[in-house]
Amino acid sequence: MSFFARFAQNRGALVGLFILLAIIAMAMLAPFLYPESPWRMVQRPFLAPMEVDGFWLGTDTMGRDVAAGLMHGAWVSLLIGLVSTSVALLIGVPLGAVAGYYGGLIDDALMRFTEFFQTIPNFALAIVLVAIMQPSVTSIVLAIAIVSWPPVARLVRAEFMSLRHREYVEAARLVGQTNRTIILRQILPNTLSPIIVLASLMVATAILLESALSFLGLGDPNVMSWGYMIGAARTVIRQAWWLSFFPGVAILLTVLALNLVGEGLDDALNPKLARERS
Amino acid sequence: MNDNAPVLSIRGLTLALPKGADRDYAVEEVSYDVARGEIMCVVGESGSGKSMAANAVMGLLPKGVRPTAGEVLFDGQDLLALNEKQHRKLRGLRIGMIFQEPMTALNPLMRVGAQIAEVFEAHGKYSSRERQEKALALLEEVGIPEPDKAIRAYPFQLSGGQRQRVMIAMALALEPELLIADEPTTALDVTTQAQILELIRDLQQRRGMAVMFITHDFGVVAEVATRVCVMRYGRVVELGTAREVLENPRHEYTRALLEAIPSNIIPEAVAQQRPAPLLEVRNLNKVFRSRGGLFKPAREVRALDDVSFTLAPGETVGIVGESGSGKSTLGRCVVRLERPDSGSLSLSGTDFSALKGDELRRERRRVQMIFQDPYASLNPRHRVGYAIAQGPMANGVPRRQAMQQAEELLELVGLGAVAVDRYPHEFSGGQRQRIGIARALALNPELIVADEAVSALDVSIQAQVLELLEELKQKLSLSLLFITHDLRVAAQICDSIIVMQHGRIVEQGTAQEVFLRPRETYTKQLLDAIPGRAHEAAMA
Repeated sequence: MSFFARFAQNRGALVGLFILLAIIAMAMLAPFLYPESPWRMVQRPFLAPMEVDGFWLGTDTMGRDVAAGLMHGAWVSLLIGLVSTSVALLIGVPLGAVAGYYGGLIDDALMRFTEFFQTIPNFALAIVLVAIMQPSVTSIVLAIAIVSWPPVARLVRAEFMSLRHREYVEAARLVGQTNRTIILRQILPNTLSPIIVLASLMVATAILLESALSFLGLGDPNVMSWGYMIGAARTVIRQAWWLSFFPGVAILLTVLALNLVGEGLDDALNPKLARERS
Repeated sequence: MNDNAPVLSIRGLTLALPKGADRDYAVEEVSYDVARGEIMCVVGESGSGKSMAANAVMGLLPKGVRPTAGEVLFDGQDLLALNEKQHRKLRGLRIGMIFQEPMTALNPLMRVGAQIAEVFEAHGKYSSRERQEKALALLEEVGIPEPDKAIRAYPFQLSGGQRQRVMIAMALALEPELLIADEPTTALDVTTQAQILELIRDLQQRRGMAVMFITHDFGVVAEVATRVCVMRYGRVVELGTAREVLENPRHEYTRALLEAIPSNIIPEAVAQQRPAPLLEVRNLNKVFRSRGGLFKPAREVRALDDVSFTLAPGETVGIVGESGSGKSTLGRCVVRLERPDSGSLSLSGTDFSALKGDELRRERRRVQMIFQDPYASLNPRHRVGYAIAQGPMANGVPRRQAMQQAEELLELVGLGAVAVDRYPHEFSGGQRQRIGIARALALNPELIVADEAVSALDVSIQAQVLELLEELKQKLSLSLLFITHDLRVAAQICDSIIVMQHGRIVEQGTAQEVFLRPRETYTKQLLDAIPGRAHEAAMA
């Protein structure tokens, strides 16, 4: 059975994939459907959804089109969520793997290093990093990645510690496989499930973290994001619910879609489940 | 009261499994009685449904399993018709239970005395003072040394055998008419097992209870049973008195099971000329130290204490001992998964204990291991072919050649070359163990260490795997270090035997010497504790 067929056996995963593709399509179509900048004021402020034709989702406090913001923001939010999570995984997984596999002094050193990052409040560190590096998409992605890798390292380390004494790992050592092969081919594939679940939640946290940064005025001034929209709408939530509602729903759907896709990937990669269902 | 009136009577019991299980019924039309003053042994291999009927009696059927026909009569009452509350009243009060794993069945954070007292409390009996007294009396009755101290101990402070005694005390607390024991000795060492069996038999006679004893081991059956019920695939294949079933089994499955028991027919004496040893172990020591903390001292466990022995090419040496004897540590030191503290380990001339790092990695192929747990020893994400080929590939054999070799090896261990593309979970325990053997053979090792390689398997499968090993030994002139807790298995396959206790070698000699003329008392104890020994002696 092909990889996709196995993936498609999980109904939820298909739904998730569909939502995700829709969001990506939204991001790609934005420049064509709303060629003008989403920052431009186009109508009276505080227009409720459907109140005026052509403004399905209403306008915000400054008279900008919410629908335009939502579509343009999709790109930035997705980008920040996915890229910062990937960078966090790139730091956290190798670190956790090495610490968990070798143990002893190496483990001690790497874990103290990790704890150093964990003791500083996430958000404060992110603010400092963005402020130092100047707000831009790159600096925001980096800052989010730097504050979110420690949980990954700890999770991977814990998995490695329990898996490295499995008999099949010992068997691999006995036949003379190198440590690198054992880490990459024997243990890592078996830690995928929890990593995938954690990663899909991290994307959500990253999107929210970006929104918090935007709220403080530390977002990239040139790009519209869902986070910025929610942040800006917080003060008027009782007068204009739609300003935070629609971007909120967009974030919720994205996170849900990523979780579903993550679960489907996990199933497709797990040979046991794949064959049992067939 | 008639002594032979059945206390429990199961009539045509059929339990349906949920859809998608590998068969429709867990048990089908099972009928048997358990009478006062007898021990009814229900025997079968894993998956035979032997525990299911007991679960129905206790009202502890797993989710999704439901009775579709039949009745379970206890004192004239159909237990299947009871609701949970009525069941709970019966459990403990009139039906006592003992489980396989005493550690998980006891609350780790509660003192033993309190746990026994809780049984009385649950049924609202006696004052708290009386409960303590009763608990003490029970501990005394089940033969725990120093019961006044044990009553204040936590479960982890007791040994496995003592914990099982506590479980028995709890089961007997309210003087039930029926005791259900589900594999109560499977997790115990042979000598402890013998003591617990003795205790159960003794208590049963003293109190005149009915006992339903579930086991997979015919040796145990021979020790305790008055009557036997043999089960297979959810059906009763044979039912009769212990004498009848053990001496004149009518059904061929019973006969097959009885034959599959590794019997202690003593192996023939082997020629005594010993060629230059392949493996020479000298004064091996290994101490495990737990890292101490600020307020706790470091703990030391001597796993190997000055161990020396030799193994000749083509020879099978058995290492026998109870849990904690250091036998597994010895095996792990030989394959260098563990580094000995001192002493030497030389394999046809090379000092294996001194190798390190890359050098060790290159030499590893010379000694391979067959692991105990067929479920944990294969990577669930790798196809079987790759699992076998990874060894040669790590040692520089090109992938295609390695895969082809894997096919040949699978053929050799009796699985067929088609198995290469399948995943481990598609195989049964016995088949997986064959894959493990093929993996060990793939590197053409000079020595194979088998650590409890057949302990996790059912008897009939165990016999097949042992047969395979025997056959491979002849064909490939393998040298084998066979580690086991089961003397019956060791007797079947080993040329010479080493008995270990507390990290030391107690006795070593040819299999024949050790079995027929054991010199040390510990060896004699071990041999006497083998269940079913008296029965076999009578049959011979």
